[in-house]
Amino acid sequence: MAYTEEELKKELETKEYEYGFYTDIESDTFPNGLNEEIVIAISKKKEEPEWMTLWRLESFKIWKEMVEPEWANVKYKKPDFQAISYYSAPNKKPKYDSLDEVDPELLDTFKKLGISLDEQKKLAGVAVDIVMDSVSVATTFKKTLAEKGIIFCSISEAIKEHPELVKKYIGSVVPQKDNFYAALNSAVFSDGSFCYIPKGVRCPMELSTYFRINQAGTGQFERTLVIADQGSYVSYLEGCTAPSRDENQLHAAVVELIALDDAEIKYSTVQNWFPGNKEGQGGVYNFVTKRGLCEKNAKISWTQVETGSAVTWKYPSCILKGDNSIGEFYSIAVTNNYQQADTGTKMIHLGKNTKSTIISKGISAGKSQNSYRGLVQVNSRADNARNFSQCDSLLMGNECGAHTFPYIEVKNKSAQIEHEATTSKIGEDQIFYCNQRGIDTEKAIALIVNGFSKEVLNKLPMEFAVEAQKLLEISLEGSVG
Amino acid sequence: MLKINNLHARVEDKEILKGINLTVNAGEVHAIMGPNGSGKSTLAAVIAGKEEFEVTEGEVFLEGENLEDTSPEDRAHKGVFLSFQYPVEIPGVSVTNFMKTAINESRKAKGLEDMPAKDMLKLIREKSELLEIDRKFLSRSLNEGFSGGEKKRNEIFQMAMLEPKLAILDETDSGLDIDALRIVANGVNKLKSKDNAVIVITHYQRLLEYIVPDFVHVLHNGKIVKSGNKDLALELEEKGYDWLKQETVI
Ligand SMILES: Nc1ncnc2c1ncn2[C@@H]1O[C@H](COP(=O)(O)OP(=O)(O)O)[C@@H](O)[C@H]1O
Ligand SMILES: [Mg+2]
Repeated sequence: MAYTEEELKKELETKEYEYGFYTDIESDTFPNGLNEEIVIAISKKKEEPEWMTLWRLESFKIWKEMVEPEWANVKYKKPDFQAISYYSAPNKKPKYDSLDEVDPELLDTFKKLGISLDEQKKLAGVAVDIVMDSVSVATTFKKTLAEKGIIFCSISEAIKEHPELVKKYIGSVVPQKDNFYAALNSAVFSDGSFCYIPKGVRCPMELSTYFRINQAGTGQFERTLVIADQGSYVSYLEGCTAPSRDENQLHAAVVELIALDDAEIKYSTVQNWFPGNKEGQGGVYNFVTKRGLCEKNAKISWTQVETGSAVTWKYPSCILKGDNSIGEFYSIAVTNNYQQADTGTKMIHLGKNTKSTIISKGISAGKSQNSYRGLVQVNSRADNARNFSQCDSLLMGNECGAHTFPYIEVKNKSAQIEHEATTSKIGEDQIFYCNQRGIDTEKAIALIVNGFSKEVLNKLPMEFAVEAQKLLEISLEGSVG
Repeated sequence: MLKINNLHARVEDKEILKGINLTVNAGEVHAIMGPNGSGKSTLAAVIAGKEEFEVTEGEVFLEGENLEDTSPEDRAHKGVFLSFQYPVEIPGVSVTNFMKTAINESRKAKGLEDMPAKDMLKLIREKSELLEIDRKFLSRSLNEGFSGGEKKRNEIFQMAMLEPKLAILDETDSGLDIDALRIVANGVNKLKSKDNAVIVITHYQRLLEYIVPDFVHVLHNGKIVKSGNKDLALELEEKGYDWLKQETVI
């Protein structure tokens, strides 16, 4: 089939969500609604110490006083927070030592997703902590990590086993009152991952978590805390995909990264939640607060490939507190059909000689809206701060939109800020050129999109990059006849 | 090899090709000349299957097969190659990656496995040497920031990689300095055989000194108004196109 603008548009619209199924695993779910009792019940259910319960209650109090933010360039029906169930855990929840013990239905789901544990185990050096509906059901490679003193477990476990670390750092980067969703998360977070790398240790493998949402009408409130102690290094991978469904699903995660002096954290995300069908129904609402704190000479890199969600609201940020610290943000955000994404980053320069780099690639197709929103803030004390930002947009067809909102606040004259932005369109001429060389339209689009995204894809760990490329293709291509 | 019968094509409401007849046999080199806007690039694009142009009458046969319902990529798989007058940029896609994809897609269409990396590298080395292309050049984004001459040389490199049956070179000479012209022409000549055919679209006699045509056709206002041997090209160089225009108006 040769390409015309019309055909391209159709083709892009007809790609239904590939992973449109959900696993029927019995869960134990709370009644809908949110009040103090529910918050206490969540904490009880998770057998948390009292300080945690109190912290949650405090968060709930803060949240009740807040209103949902409206500044983002997205339109959606506000979730009814009293119609959501705030806790759901798989019922069969033994600790597995081997894959054979895992619920076959669950394994089957992973197989459909192409992320079976079998496959994962083969990917040498990848430890997988799978978060299935709020509670970790499998953790591997734990022993190797333990030998180095690395802690990689669910946050619930960390609250019990390593309370001193959790108590010290939770909420230290994203305070409870930071924003509406962060406050909500702090009150009701179900589970998530915890990671601690001791002083001077280089984590020998990529740490990887697959998040999934799997229960009708269950809000998902993940909490992730990564602490890299002085001079340590860790690369953390987060990926997810969700079953298709009719009603909107709310996801409000909080991720906090702490890189102490001379430490480095690479945090990579591939996100593929159900974006809604081509009429724009269903789909995940993804309101995430991700932030990292850099102490002296520390470095945090956020790399993300976002292809899913009906509405995305997400700004992985870096607070460059220590002198000479470095923050990086590499992002690919794809929107199709009626998806809306408002994403970007904040780089807050507090220390001297701090450096930040922002590379954002937005790809819009269908009737989608894709916005980049970035803040570069240089405080008065931050001598010689430098930032480079580049925001590129790629449009497919005439009905989608790309928007760029760069905010720059500089209070120190020595700062050097550079901003570049481009917008381009996949042209018929490019497609024909590829066709003429024997490359069909579907493959041509994949090639062009991958080329456009290359600077960011290159930042992902190898095995993740392959998966990310696959996701880009899945979210943009139709089955060409 | 190629047979075109009474071909009419238009874009929107404008008829551009108004009854082209052309037969190209294996082993032959044909030159198509003609003033700007006469429809040369359109003819090339229609042969390659660009759907922007609507064929309203007539047909194009490749090795006896009517191409009417054949997609551009399938025409490419069957051995049609077009060296573009204006090659497009594809940012972030290296020349090597692009060629690898093109070759493997063609192989896939023929039911073959991907070309082994070793063979691919050998082929790339061989063909880049033929066209005196620096290997570093091959890792650059396709046509992005290429000079006019580099773009054209890269087109012929792609042709060398794909070894087409029918190559159409649309003003490949424009933008080339004399050295590059010689290299490109030399490359084309080396690829020429009794089993393939070349159509050279050009304004200038210059290229035809290197790639010697068996036939020269003059396209004017969507029709071939004169055909001859290589001497016709010399005559055109001397007299321009005006005398032909006058001849045909009557
Ligand atoms: N896409 C198009 N839309 C409208 N007119 C076109 C288009 N492509 C070519 N033309 C017109 O068709 C005529 C022939 O163009 P072309 O084939 O490029 O000529 P040549 O290559 O001989 O210079 C010109 O008048 C040109 O303006
Ligand atoms: Mg032309």
